[in-house]
Amino acid sequence: MSKLFSDENKAAFTSPLNVNNPVAVQVLGICSALAVTSQLKPAIVMGLSVTVITAFSNVIISLLRKTIPNRIRIIVQLVVVAALVTIVSQLLKAYVYDVSVQLSVYVGLIITNCILMGRLEAFAMQNGPWPSFLDGIGNGLGYAAILIIVGFVRELFGFGTLFGYNVIPQFMYEAGYQNNGMMVMPAMSLIIVGCVIWAHRAYNKEEVK
Amino acid sequence: MNPIKKLFDNIHPYVEEGGKFHAFRSLVDGFETFAFVPNTTSRVGCVNIHDAIDSKRIMSFVVIALIPALLFGMYNVGYQNALATGHLADATFWGMFWYGFLAVLPKIIVSYVVGLGIEFVVAQWKNEEIQEGFLVSGILIPMIVPVTCPLWMLALAVAFSVILAKEIFGGTGMNIFNPALITRAFLFFSYPSAMTGDATVWVAQDTIFGLGYKATDAYTAATPLGEAAQAGFSGFDPSQIQDAIVGLIPGCIGETSVIAIALGGLLLLWTGVASWKTMLSVFVGGAATGYLMQALGLTQIEWYEHLVLGGFAFGAVFMATDPVTSCRTESGKYVYGLLIGFIAVLVRVLNPGYPEGMMLAILLMNLFASLIDYCFVQSNINMRAKRATIK
Repeated sequence: MSKLFSDENKAAFTSPLNVNNPVAVQVLGICSALAVTSQLKPAIVMGLSVTVITAFSNVIISLLRKTIPNRIRIIVQLVVVAALVTIVSQLLKAYVYDVSVQLSVYVGLIITNCILMGRLEAFAMQNGPWPSFLDGIGNGLGYAAILIIVGFVRELFGFGTLFGYNVIPQFMYEAGYQNNGMMVMPAMSLIIVGCVIWAHRAYNKEEVK
Repeated sequence: MNPIKKLFDNIHPYVEEGGKFHAFRSLVDGFETFAFVPNTTSRVGCVNIHDAIDSKRIMSFVVIALIPALLFGMYNVGYQNALATGHLADATFWGMFWYGFLAVLPKIIVSYVVGLGIEFVVAQWKNEEIQEGFLVSGILIPMIVPVTCPLWMLALAVAFSVILAKEIFGGTGMNIFNPALITRAFLFFSYPSAMTGDATVWVAQDTIFGLGYKATDAYTAATPLGEAAQAGFSGFDPSQIQDAIVGLIPGCIGETSVIAIALGGLLLLWTGVASWKTMLSVFVGGAATGYLMQALGLTQIEWYEHLVLGGFAFGAVFMATDPVTSCRTESGKYVYGLLIGFIAVLVRVLNPGYPEGMMLAILLMNLFASLIDYCFVQSNINMRAKRATIK
C-alpha cells in the first residue's frame, strides 16, 4: 500500500495540478480551453472527459510500452486515444445530449489535444501503469481546473448565470448593470487564461521559471 | 517664490524614504513633475540626443489641442438634447453649453481617477517614477464614448485598458495598442447596446441640475454614418454635410466637429508633436478608398463624406498620430497612415455589422506598426550593406 502512494506517485498526481499545470505552465490545450468555456457546464464536462481519456490512454500505453515498436509509437498512441475519445463521445451523446451538442467537434478534437500526446510520450512510455494512471488523472484535473476557472468567470459575467441559473440579482439589472458581451467571445477567454497564468506565476515565483 | 513650488517643497520631507507618507511618493512626484520641469535630465556625455522638452510637456500640448473639440462636444451635447426634445428655439447658448459640461464632466473625472489611480498604485508598487501617458488617454477616453455611456462601464473599461493594454507591456511608451482605443474597443464589444446603433445612446435624455430638457419619449437618433449604413448605404443627405463639418450631429462626444478637430490638429502640427506624414496619409488613404468604393458601386457615400463623418477625422488627428503606437520610421508613417485610411473605409463599406471602422483600423495597424518599421529598417540596412561591399 505504501508503495502505491509513494512520494513519486504523489508527485505524479499533484505536480500537474499546480507547479506543472498543463495549461498554465506548459501552455498546452489552449484551443479547447478557449472554445468550450463560455459556460461552466460544458467546461466541466470537457475537463472530466479529458481527465478520463488521459488517465486510461496513459494506462493502456503504459501497459503496451514494451511491445510498441519505437517507429510507429505515435500511430499506436493515436489509435488508443481515438478509441477512447469515441467511447466518451458516445457516452456524452447518450447521457448528456445537450452538453455534447454544445461541445460539438471539440470532444472529437480531444484526439489532437497536446496534453494527451505530451503525457503519453513523456510519461506513459517510461512509467508503469499505476503512476501513469495518476499522472493522467492529475494532468486531466489540472486542465479541468483552468477550464472551470475560465468557464466560471465567463458565464458569470457574460450571461449572469452559473450552471444556467441566474445569480446576478434582478435589481442589479434594473440599476443599469449589463452582461458583458465580450466575455462570451473566445477572445476574452484568451485574456482570462492569460490572467490565470499571470496570477499563477506571481504566486509560484520560485517554482515556475 | 511661486506658491505652488513652495507647497511641493513643504510636502517633500514627508514623502521621502522613511517619511510619514512615503506611500504617496509617486503621487506627489507625479503632480510635481507635471507642474514643473524636473531637475533631473539626461546626463551630459550621454550618447543619446535628447530634446529639451520632456514627455509631460508633449502630453500637455496634446491635451491643449483636444480642448476645442472637447468644448465643442460639450456644446453639441446640449444642442442635441435641445434638438431632440424640441426646445431648440428657447435654449440659450450658455444653457446648452453648461448642460453639456455637466454631462461630460463626470466622465472625465471617472476616467482620470480610475486610470491615474491605477498608474499611481503601479508606480508606487514598482518603485518607479509616475508615468504620464494617461494624461492624454484620460481626456481622449471621454471624448470617444457616447454621452449616455454609464460611468461604471467607463470605469471598468478604463481599468481593463490601463492594466491589460498598458501596464502589462511595461507602462507608458511600451504599449502596443493605444489605451484610449482599447477602452473604446472593450466598451464596444462588451456593451454594444450602450455604445452604438440607433438606440438612445447618442443623445442625453435627462435634465441635469435643472439644466437641459427631459425627453418625454425615449428619443432615438442615429449618427448620420449609422443611418447611411442602415439604409444599405443608399446615401447620405448632402444637406447634412455642413452640420457634419461644423459638428452639430449626433455622435461620440468629441468626434463630431471637423472644425474643432482641425484647430487641434493645426496646433499639433505647428508644435511638431504629431507627424504630418501620418495624418495626411490617413486622409489620403481614406479618400482614395472611398473614391474606389464609390466607383465600384459598393457605396453611395462620396469620398469626401467619409472624411467628415463618424470618427475618421478625430482618429486621424489624435489617435493615428500617437507617437508610441504608430510607426517610428519616416517612410513607415506613410504606409501606416495609408493602411489606416484604407481599412477604416473598407470596414465601413463592406461590413454591415460595424458602421464605423476607424477604431478597428487603428488598432489593427497598431499591431503592424513595428513590422512596418522592421521592414523599412531592414531594407535600409540591406541597401547600405550593398553599397558598402561594392568598392
